[in-house]
Amino acid sequence: MENSKRYYIILAALGILLLGYTIRLFHLQVLDKSYRRKANENAIREKTIHPARGFIYDRNDSLLVYNDAAYDLMVVPNELRNFDTLELCRVLDLNIEEVRKKIEKATKYSKTVPSLFKQQISKEDYGYLQEKMSEFPGFFVQSRTLRSYPQPIAAHILGYVSEVDEQDVENDPYYKMGDYIGKSGIEKAYEPVLRGVKGKQKVLVDVHNREVGPYNNGEEDIVAVPGISIWSTLDMQLQRYGEELMSGKRGAIVAIEPKTGEILCLVSSPNYDPNLLVGTARPKNYGKLVMDPEKPLFNRALQAAYPPGSTFKLANGLIALQEHIITPSSVYSCSGGGYHIGSHVVHCHNCGGLNIYSAIQRSCNTFFCRAYYNILSNRTKYKNIDEAYTAWLDLMSSMGFLQVFDTDLPYELKGRIPTAEYFDKKYNNSWNGNTVVSMGIGQGEAAVTPLQMANMLAVIANKGYYIRPHVVRAIGHKDSLNTQFSNKIYSKIEPRHFETVLQGMKMVVTGGTGRGAQIPGIEVAGKTGTAQNPHGRDHSVFALIAPANDPQIVIFCLVENGGFGATVACPIASLMAEFYLNRKVERTDLEHRMKELNVR
Amino acid sequence: MPKLDSRNKISKGFDVRLICYYLALVAIGWITIYSTCYIPDGSTPIFDFGQPYSRQMLWIGAAIVLAVVILLIDTGIIQHYAYFFYLFCLLLMILVIFVGAEINGAKSWIRIGAFSIQPTEFMKVATALALAKFMHEGKTDTQRRNVWLVQIGLIAVPVIVALLQHDAGSALVFFSFIILFYREGLSAEFLVFGIIAAALAIITLKWNETYSIALITAAFIGFMIYNRTQKKKIRRNIIVYVASIVFVFSVNFMYEHGLEPHQKGRIDTILGKTSDPLGADFNLNQSKIAIGSGGMFGKGYLKGTQTKLKFVPEQSTDFIFCAIGEEWGFFGTLVVFGLYGALIFRILKLSEKQRNPFVRYYGYGIAGIFIVHFFINIGMTIGLLPIIGIPLPFISYGGSSLWAFTMMLFCFIKLNDN
Repeated sequence: MENSKRYYIILAALGILLLGYTIRLFHLQVLDKSYRRKANENAIREKTIHPARGFIYDRNDSLLVYNDAAYDLMVVPNELRNFDTLELCRVLDLNIEEVRKKIEKATKYSKTVPSLFKQQISKEDYGYLQEKMSEFPGFFVQSRTLRSYPQPIAAHILGYVSEVDEQDVENDPYYKMGDYIGKSGIEKAYEPVLRGVKGKQKVLVDVHNREVGPYNNGEEDIVAVPGISIWSTLDMQLQRYGEELMSGKRGAIVAIEPKTGEILCLVSSPNYDPNLLVGTARPKNYGKLVMDPEKPLFNRALQAAYPPGSTFKLANGLIALQEHIITPSSVYSCSGGGYHIGSHVVHCHNCGGLNIYSAIQRSCNTFFCRAYYNILSNRTKYKNIDEAYTAWLDLMSSMGFLQVFDTDLPYELKGRIPTAEYFDKKYNNSWNGNTVVSMGIGQGEAAVTPLQMANMLAVIANKGYYIRPHVVRAIGHKDSLNTQFSNKIYSKIEPRHFETVLQGMKMVVTGGTGRGAQIPGIEVAGKTGTAQNPHGRDHSVFALIAPANDPQIVIFCLVENGGFGATVACPIASLMAEFYLNRKVERTDLEHRMKELNVR
Repeated sequence: MPKLDSRNKISKGFDVRLICYYLALVAIGWITIYSTCYIPDGSTPIFDFGQPYSRQMLWIGAAIVLAVVILLIDTGIIQHYAYFFYLFCLLLMILVIFVGAEINGAKSWIRIGAFSIQPTEFMKVATALALAKFMHEGKTDTQRRNVWLVQIGLIAVPVIVALLQHDAGSALVFFSFIILFYREGLSAEFLVFGIIAAALAIITLKWNETYSIALITAAFIGFMIYNRTQKKKIRRNIIVYVASIVFVFSVNFMYEHGLEPHQKGRIDTILGKTSDPLGADFNLNQSKIAIGSGGMFGKGYLKGTQTKLKFVPEQSTDFIFCAIGEEWGFFGTLVVFGLYGALIFRILKLSEKQRNPFVRYYGYGIAGIFIVHFFINIGMTIGLLPIIGIPLPFISYGGSSLWAFTMMLFCFIKLNDN
């Protein structure tokens, strides 16, 4: 039958077709691997789980920083389909151009990896969007936490958290665009502790952009490790009190517990409410703070170098004693209106003959100019001025000057005390003790930070050593102490000399320039200072150690343009000490006056 | 014991292989339908008649009853009532146009209570039977021209009705009888002619009619030179040339004005004219991703993400092959292809061996239907053909198609036995 030939033609055609389909499927399923990737992109969404950041407490367990829930809207450009742009604009309060730009930016970053579309949408918007997610394919909401501060204090020391920049991502691959990082203060110094470890979650997403459950029963998920909490050395109440006292003034207060080097409070005024640098308002507020002529972001306690004024006499007195330039009983005479260098006079009050105790008590310029001159003119020990000056610098730095402590404090300044080479150059190798004598009384070329001055007070209080000042006391648990900075650093001054200086400081308070520092029931040692300021009124400075016989706190207070040390800085430091040691202040009139005082 | 005798005859004479292929495909179908409905958290009870897989179980049970009934009735009845059955189905199809329910844009379903049936599915088997009967009995007719007209009419009528139902997919299936006609002597020129027409249509749609006309003109000039001495052929060439050009323009016209926008979109996608993975060709793209992501051995039963998460549309019906491809991989493909290949080859082989031409006509008719269903359905899921909504026989969810294909196959098994 002729037609039965056609049977075989049909069979052959069928076989060829079947083979063709099989080859096509072999290619699709086995050879071409791209479909598996596309399937995963389709159905599996890799979500980053941002752990809650560690809390920050003060030394008494009061909460300084905690977290609030926040919601970020993320976008995966490849998954985008047509959506109601106007509706999205309406909900998020954006215009179409902004939406287009954001999507463009996200596409540039990655087509398949989620990018931040809008951060910190409100809880109401979150609720609304969550309901309508199926209308916005390619978008999803990711929850994370925001910093929150129960008290609007200690902004400088706590620092702030913000989105990583390209540099951060380059430096540490842990970070991805849209992550947060501690940018300053404790948040920066303890970033690895506080941040925890990000987790990963793979969830299945259906065609309607709904998350329907974990992928592979969550077996590939990485659990996020929450950040570890930190106990700061700060005393929250003292910090707040200090900020209140400094309101309306420019300047700084640094208080340290001398035995431990723990910073009890660190006030820089003017300051700002740390809550301003959180959330969506951050960029705007940050811009405002940067532009503010008062420079509230500037941490004067660590970053401003001031002439220390007469408080510097304490350090010079110690060096004079150590270098055997004077003994506790040596007497210099002050007459003729001060210390004369040719026609130039460093003014003083004709104090008459006085030893180091009363020189400290009365803050005699003549005594300390002479002592400083003699330190630098000690040719029995040092060949020339360069060597003598360098030896002096060396003793100074042994008390913590001219260096950063490099603990957990943000952006410390080294301060400026010039080297011998500087003066060689400046004065063409012809200079002597008198050329630089104003440094003997804390003026002239010397400029140090309030932190360094407070540390010097700790050296005096500890009679010879300091522990590097730091702001974190314990990590993970209140009692799990942070010991990384706890080694004692000894100065090159013999312990016995501190007794002498401390005695002089007591006399300052009992019957000298700093009588205003007296606290009922507590023996206080102090030193006033009036730092000359070429830009305006003198800075008011006060150094305080209390109780004098068993120091619990040292305070350095500087109020810019505050005038005499005794008038502003002295009462403020004294009130701080009283508040810290007694937990209450009886001199309410003084307290009120100081809070109200405006010297800006 | 006559009863026992007849039962012996049943088991001996019926083609066991076809029955096995049938059962295997139906089982694969049910297992896959269950998978497409499966929800990972475990709330997928076997018996829940709101769920397709449980309903399909009922359809399968009914289909097996239907199969047994067909095997038990007298062969003569099938042949005798073929025209009646054809007319009955045709009337139902026409009825559907007026009272039918619209599902997916096609008005091809009759709703009876909770159930819907699709008469078109039964029309396929009815047409195969009626055509076989007519070809068998009409052989004695002396006027051949009329015979061909009636044969074409038997097919054209359901095609037209299906088109009136907006069910282009089903209408296409009726063209499968060309395989039967080819086997029974249809000139191969018709096939060549058909292939050339299809090629011209594709060229016209993919680029534009200028290319087609250029090709036709080139061929025409060639033929004119070749036949330059034969006047008769020259005239024929001119007629063919004009007809071709009319054809090309009518293809374009049909495409522009005769098709729904979504149908145009599907054709554009296949021809590669548009690439819009998130828009018009979303379904096709997702279907390819599901199958392609299966790999060699698949993601494992109940573990397909693309089908579970509904990225693939109609995955228990027209796109059910996606679920198989995703969960069983190329291995699953080979099994399904193997079973279908074996089924179709077996039908063709048995038909060819038949001494009774009626059975041979019928066998070739239904083999063609299976071939067209299989290649169009699989072809659309892997992006070789535009999306045409017809089921994968025995596997896709749905009572009408399962029963109709069961009838189709078991009528053949029964007829083949005699």
